[in-house]
Amino acid sequence: MTATHTQTPATRRAGAAEGDLERATGRRNRRTYLALLIPGLLGLLVSFVFPLAYMIRMSFNRGAPDGIIEETFTLDTYIQPLSDPYYWRVTLDTFQMGVTVGLLCILVSYPVALFLARSTSKYRGLLMAIAIAPLLTSAVVRTYGWMVILGTNGLVNSSLEGMGLIDTPLKLTNNMTGVTIGLVEIFMPYAILAMISGFGRLSPQLEEAAGSLGASKLQVFTRVTLPLSLPGILTAFLLVFVLSISTFITPRLLGGGSVQVLATEIYDQTTGLLNWPFAAALSVILLVLFGLIIAVYQRLTKKIGG
Amino acid sequence: MSEARLFKPRFNPAKPAFGILVFLLYLFLLAPLLIVFVVSFASNQYLSFPPEGLTFKWYEMLPQESTFMNGMRVSLIVAVTVTIIVLALGVPVALALDRFEFKAKAVVQSFFLSPLLIPSIVLALGMVLLFGPLKLTNTYAGIIIGHVAITIPFVIRTTLMSLATTDTSCEAAARILGAGSWTVFRRITLPIIQPGVIAGGVIAFIVSFDEAVISLFVAESGLPTLPVQVLRYVENSADAAVAALSVILILISLAVVVVVERAMGLRKALR
Repeated sequence: MTATHTQTPATRRAGAAEGDLERATGRRNRRTYLALLIPGLLGLLVSFVFPLAYMIRMSFNRGAPDGIIEETFTLDTYIQPLSDPYYWRVTLDTFQMGVTVGLLCILVSYPVALFLARSTSKYRGLLMAIAIAPLLTSAVVRTYGWMVILGTNGLVNSSLEGMGLIDTPLKLTNNMTGVTIGLVEIFMPYAILAMISGFGRLSPQLEEAAGSLGASKLQVFTRVTLPLSLPGILTAFLLVFVLSISTFITPRLLGGGSVQVLATEIYDQTTGLLNWPFAAALSVILLVLFGLIIAVYQRLTKKIGG
Repeated sequence: MSEARLFKPRFNPAKPAFGILVFLLYLFLLAPLLIVFVVSFASNQYLSFPPEGLTFKWYEMLPQESTFMNGMRVSLIVAVTVTIIVLALGVPVALALDRFEFKAKAVVQSFFLSPLLIPSIVLALGMVLLFGPLKLTNTYAGIIIGHVAITIPFVIRTTLMSLATTDTSCEAAARILGAGSWTVFRRITLPIIQPGVIAGGVIAFIVSFDEAVISLFVAESGLPTLPVQVLRYVENSADAAVAALSVILILISLAVVVVVERAMGLRKALR
């Protein structure tokens, strides 16, 4: 989803003293680019490839809850979660949470994205920055903010009680409701960014043209605006979906231990029960889920793209 | 909305309604950040609403909170080191990807951007499993290595973005006029890619500084970073004491946002 831009230095270079450059760099070319790449490759090997590979290997070991690991090659760790209804429940809850958060996030992000894509205001740049900036703030801090808003003595409950609308505080934290609200907000900037990038063919001129040809406001929206923004909406949904099913901080804090999703289960198995092979197997299951969705997404975008 | 405008024939009621909707959605998006500001200045002893009065006591308490101060030190050391390392590793990779032709270039590029596609909880587990036997858990080295994977894609992306908007004729000219590779890099390429390097560097810094999941797995017991300390604290009580600290974290993020926006535009950098 992120690796979409392609580099075409060859075309840019064409004409710009191409022959001279090639002659000047010619033989040293190969050595130079390898020298530039190798440190980075090594860095990613150590901090990315080895940990993942080791984890996948670990998932085929046999573990006991007391931290003893038997080096072997077995599928036990996969059979256990797949045959235990509890883990089906957790996986299903995770999936459901991803879909709910994805849909709600699109609902609240679409108007903002549409506004930003169309705006001709001189504050457009600033408004765009404000919409994206929360991306670079700590997820822990933003989740804490939601705990303050939704908690038993939080803003929402205090206000409603103050107005005499409720007697007992609503239960908005330590359950899926709180986690969902928090995640929808936390992933809004991602959704807005993805939508704006996907709105490529949407233009005010097209909408004006439809309007001047006699289409009503509603018709312009349903027949022109919405179809043209569909690719952006789809990208945003899938992005938010994959982000939600793998997120840990928010379910942990706003769920308060009563919301179990794959990510919190992986944490509990790792640090609480020390069953590393099992935690590794759950991670592999999460990765496979991830890969499947990205593959489906790429199929879909190809179809839409024609 | 004045009466006169309401009766203007071409008034479209959908427009202000849409404006209000967008405003409310912005409010929703910023709600958790705004509420933290309010709470950090409220004198209520325990978390409650409405605020009873204005106080700076939460901010004055911060320097005495040794857990937060230790966490801050660990996080700063980690984030600064990570930034230096990923700039040193990532900028050359971006140069190779843009300025040289070689086989499997697309594969190499996706490889370097792929850590962002892997859930951080999965990476974190892999790291704690691998680092345990290597005695790297609860060490600076462990956290720093862990953060390299998730920050290097940002540096490569922003540097590539700066490289893509320039042509190579200046470099070719300098080379033909006899400048060595290092001179060409320092005098021509570096100034060109400076915005991308700065943007990538500060994004890497803030991503590492705010990262909680990998730090939690790799070094929860021995070397907790600031986000881990905050996480632990908030898990037990969501009172106001942590609000002041949160405001400081938000301000650091804000500074990063301003630098990135100035250097190359936030949207371009985070695409």
